[in-house]
Amino acid sequence: MSFMKNVVQKVPDALVRLLVVFLVLIVGTVLVVKFVIPRPFKDMKLQWEETTKREMAKGVKYAGATACAECHPEIVKLKKGGYHRDLSCETCHGPSKEHTEDPDKTRPPAPRDRKFCPLCHTFNPSRPRGFPMINPVAHNPMKPCVTCHSPHDPKPPNVPHECAACHGEIARTVAVSQHVQLKCTTCHQVPAGHRVSPRTVKPSKPSTREFCGKCHAKESTVKGTPKVDLGSHGEKYVCWQCHYPHLPEVQ
Amino acid sequence: MNRRSFLKQLLSFLAVSGGILGGWLRGGAAKAAAADEAKKTLYGFGVSVDKCIGCARCVVACKTENDVPREPYFYRTWVERYVIRKDGTTAVNNIDMGSADDAPPPSDKNVLRSFFVPKLCNQCENPPCAQVCPVGATFKTDDGVVLVNAKTCIGCRYCIQACPYGARYLHPATQTADKCTFCYHRLHKDLLPACVEVCPTQARVIGDLNSGASPMTRFRRMNKIFVLKPNLNTEPKVLYANMDGEVR
Repeated sequence: MSFMKNVVQKVPDALVRLLVVFLVLIVGTVLVVKFVIPRPFKDMKLQWEETTKREMAKGVKYAGATACAECHPEIVKLKKGGYHRDLSCETCHGPSKEHTEDPDKTRPPAPRDRKFCPLCHTFNPSRPRGFPMINPVAHNPMKPCVTCHSPHDPKPPNVPHECAACHGEIARTVAVSQHVQLKCTTCHQVPAGHRVSPRTVKPSKPSTREFCGKCHAKESTVKGTPKVDLGSHGEKYVCWQCHYPHLPEVQ
Repeated sequence: MNRRSFLKQLLSFLAVSGGILGGWLRGGAAKAAAADEAKKTLYGFGVSVDKCIGCARCVVACKTENDVPREPYFYRTWVERYVIRKDGTTAVNNIDMGSADDAPPPSDKNVLRSFFVPKLCNQCENPPCAQVCPVGATFKTDDGVVLVNAKTCIGCRYCIQACPYGARYLHPATQTADKCTFCYHRLHKDLLPACVEVCPTQARVIGDLNSGASPMTRFRRMNKIFVLKPNLNTEPKVLYANMDGEVR
C-alpha cells in the first residue's frame, strides 16, 4: 500500500494533468461516437440496406413484352407466327411504361422510315452469318421498308422464283459457260421450303460420277456434249474435283 | 456406489450425451444453412457472343431506363466490335449507339474474322471495386449484385480505376460512381433488365444461378462458358458463350 502511495507521489503533477486531459478526450470521443452520431451514419449494413431499398424503388420506363398483349392481342398473335416472334415490342416502339398507365396520354412511336430497320438489317461483316441483311443503298432505294414488309410479320413480299435473285454470282458464271442452256433444276432438286428458309432447307447436289455421265459418258445418247470413257477418265476422282460444274471448261 | 464411481459414471454419461447432442445440433444447423444457400437467389447474366448483331438497342435502352448521359464514354453497358486481321493485330472499337458504319468492307481481305461483344458490369463475386472503396459505398447485395450507395459515394474514382473491366463511370450530374445494376429495380418487379428486354436476337439472358430451372441454368447447360479475365479471380457472374479467345 505504501509502495503504491510512493509511486503516485513520485508522478509529477504535469503528467497527472496530462493524463486527465487524455482521459477526458478519450471518454468524450467514445461518448460522441456512441450516442451523438446517429446510427445510419456509422453502420454500413444499415446504409447498404437503405441503398438496396432505394434501388428497388426506382421507376421503370420499359413495361415489358407481356404488358402489350393485354390490349393488343391480335398484333401479338400475328407477331408470334413471324420471324420477329422473339422481338420485344419495345425494341422498335421504345419505352412504353407511360403508355400502359395512360394509353391516350402518350403513344409509343412506330418507326416507319428507312432509318430504323437498317439498324439491324444493314449488311455488316461483323454480324453473325445467316442474319437477314440488305444493302440499303441498292435495296429499293427511297422506299420505306413498311411498303413491302409488315414489321409484325416480316417476310419477303414475293419470294424470288429465279435462282439468280439470290445466287447472282453462280448465275453470272453459268451464263458464260457451256452449261448456259441448262436449268438449275437439271442438276439440283429444290424443295419448296428452300425459298422460305434458304439456310435450313437446302437444294440437293449431284453426288456420283454417273450423274454427269448421263450426258458425258461414252454410251450417252445426248447429242453435242463432249464424251469421255468413265471407266478410264479421271479414275477414282469425282467429276467436280477437276471440272467446276458452273464453269466446266477444262482448266 | 461410492463417490469416485458416481463421478466417473456421471462424467462419461455427460461426455457421450453431449457429443451426440452437439453432433445432432451441428448437423441440423449445417443442413439448414445449406438449404438457405441453395434457396437464395443469385443473379447471373449470360451473353451469346455469336448472336449479337451490334444494333446497340441494348445501349440505347439502358441509357433510357437508367438516366445515363447520352454522350459516349458514359455507359452501363456497351458493345465492342472486334476486328482480327491476318497479321495478328486485333482492333477493338466501341460502336456507341448503333453507328457501326466504319466496319471494314467485305472486300477487305485482310480481315480474318470480326464480331461484336456486348459488355456490362460483371457483378464479380470478389469485386475489386468494393474492396478499394474508402467509404464503403460499393457493396454486394445478398442476391449477388454489386450496388453503389450514391449518398455516401464521395466521387474519388478509385473504384473506376480498380475495375478491371472498365464497367464504371463517374456520373457527370451527381459526381458519384455509377455502373450496371442488372436493372435491380426491374428484377424486383419481375421484369427483365432493359437490355435483355429489347435485345432482338436473345443474345442476352438473365436468371437465377441457384435455381434448378432458370434461363441461366439452361444457358449454362447448353453452352460452353467463358468469363472475362478469369486469371484475376474476380469470379464474374456475367458468363459468355461462344466467345473468341481474343476477347479481353
